[in-house]
Amino acid sequence: MSDSPPLRVLIAKPGLDGHDRGAKVIARALRDAGFEVIYTGIRQTPEMIAEAALQEDVDAIGLSILSGAHMTLFPRIMDELRKRGLDDVIVWAGGIIPEADIPRLRELGIRAIFGPGSPTSETIEFLRKTQRAEAVAG
Amino acid sequence: MTTSLARHASADELAERLLAGDRLALTRMMSAVESGRSDARDALRCLFPKTGRAHVVGVTGPPGSGKSTLTTRLAIEYRIRGKTVGIVAIDPTSPFTGGAILGDRVRMMELHSDPGVFMRSMATRGVMGGLARSTLDVVLLLDAFGKDVVMIETVGVGQDEVEIARAAYTTIVVGVPNLGDDIQAIKAGILEIADVLVVNKADLAGADRLVTDLRVMLQLGGTLARAWTPPIVRTIATDGSGVPELVDRLTDHRGYLEQSGAWHQRRADSARRQVRAIVEDRVQRRLEAITSAEPWPSRFAAIAEREQGHDPYSVAEELLREVAHRGE
Repeated sequence: MSDSPPLRVLIAKPGLDGHDRGAKVIARALRDAGFEVIYTGIRQTPEMIAEAALQEDVDAIGLSILSGAHMTLFPRIMDELRKRGLDDVIVWAGGIIPEADIPRLRELGIRAIFGPGSPTSETIEFLRKTQRAEAVAG
Repeated sequence: MTTSLARHASADELAERLLAGDRLALTRMMSAVESGRSDARDALRCLFPKTGRAHVVGVTGPPGSGKSTLTTRLAIEYRIRGKTVGIVAIDPTSPFTGGAILGDRVRMMELHSDPGVFMRSMATRGVMGGLARSTLDVVLLLDAFGKDVVMIETVGVGQDEVEIARAAYTTIVVGVPNLGDDIQAIKAGILEIADVLVVNKADLAGADRLVTDLRVMLQLGGTLARAWTPPIVRTIATDGSGVPELVDRLTDHRGYLEQSGAWHQRRADSARRQVRAIVEDRVQRRLEAITSAEPWPSRFAAIAEREQGHDPYSVAEELLREVAHRGE
């Protein structure tokens, strides 16, 4: 355990699909990497996700989605975060997201997208690197 | 629309906005306190006079007894009665990786859309006893923010993790039937801290037995000398049965504390323990900082090698002086 406080990360599953295996795998991997992971369960609305992010003051939010509704849900989530003044939270996504949608999601402010089969170490590395960069930028 | 607030906003600014009802400031202040920022400590000083109004209720019991679900139901019942609610839910940090999964929100999502409830998860970050190091400070912030009731849900506890009693004015100990050694689990220490006992999952066979056992144990436990006999409430947290009665008993207990003068006693106790905890925390941090730098590692090595003039006792004396005299 180091002196700097552990990163707090929210793992959320927006929308109606109930397949949370991926979300649980990443939650577990992040825990083992020393993160504090807030897990909220399945079928979350954008409001619920933003509200949890606010109350838990997380550094980052991982959105796990398999239903194909990301182009509808992600903009709403980003809106809800902005409404609460949470523009500085790092948001990334994992699940089944077609290549073609990625540029638009990046424009929305989704910082990284990990498709099926991505090793969990990629996510961990991404979070650590982004966090360090933000810390330097202050 | 909330204006954004840098993570490194000064604690003074956070405190000011928190008192004005800004939830972003509240949440950022909690993080500042939890990470031990020194300006947060100063801001807590200023906030302290604004606190002391909230009814702080602790919920403790063995793992799996239904603490989160019960806490959620209690929050809903308090909301029905027009009270605002803060919740601090604590889960363990892995001693191996320093990481934690904080899963209490899963059961509390029913509360998400109610602005009258603010729920925060905390990891123990290596502290034993069922609470996290800055739990009391986070409770204080919720109190300053104006919450009428602040509930603390401890990690699942075994036998003598009774820290919650120092933080709460009213402590609920939750038991469930058929754990086999359930009575064992709540006999030493845990039972003594209960102001209200809950038999949760009261629809299970074995609930009557547990109620009887608890009642007998209370009678054996020298409660005759106590002015308050802990009531035993049966609940089924998953459907909310028994929860209104439980809130009544909690309110009774607060009434008892106020009328009997025990409220002042409890707050004085809690203040004494809090001051000690702050000092212990600061001393520990200072100790870690000092001993990680030379000459101390060499001196420890010298003790181990039995070098002349080096023994644990005299080095400890010196270190104690160093800790006391060196500022931060």
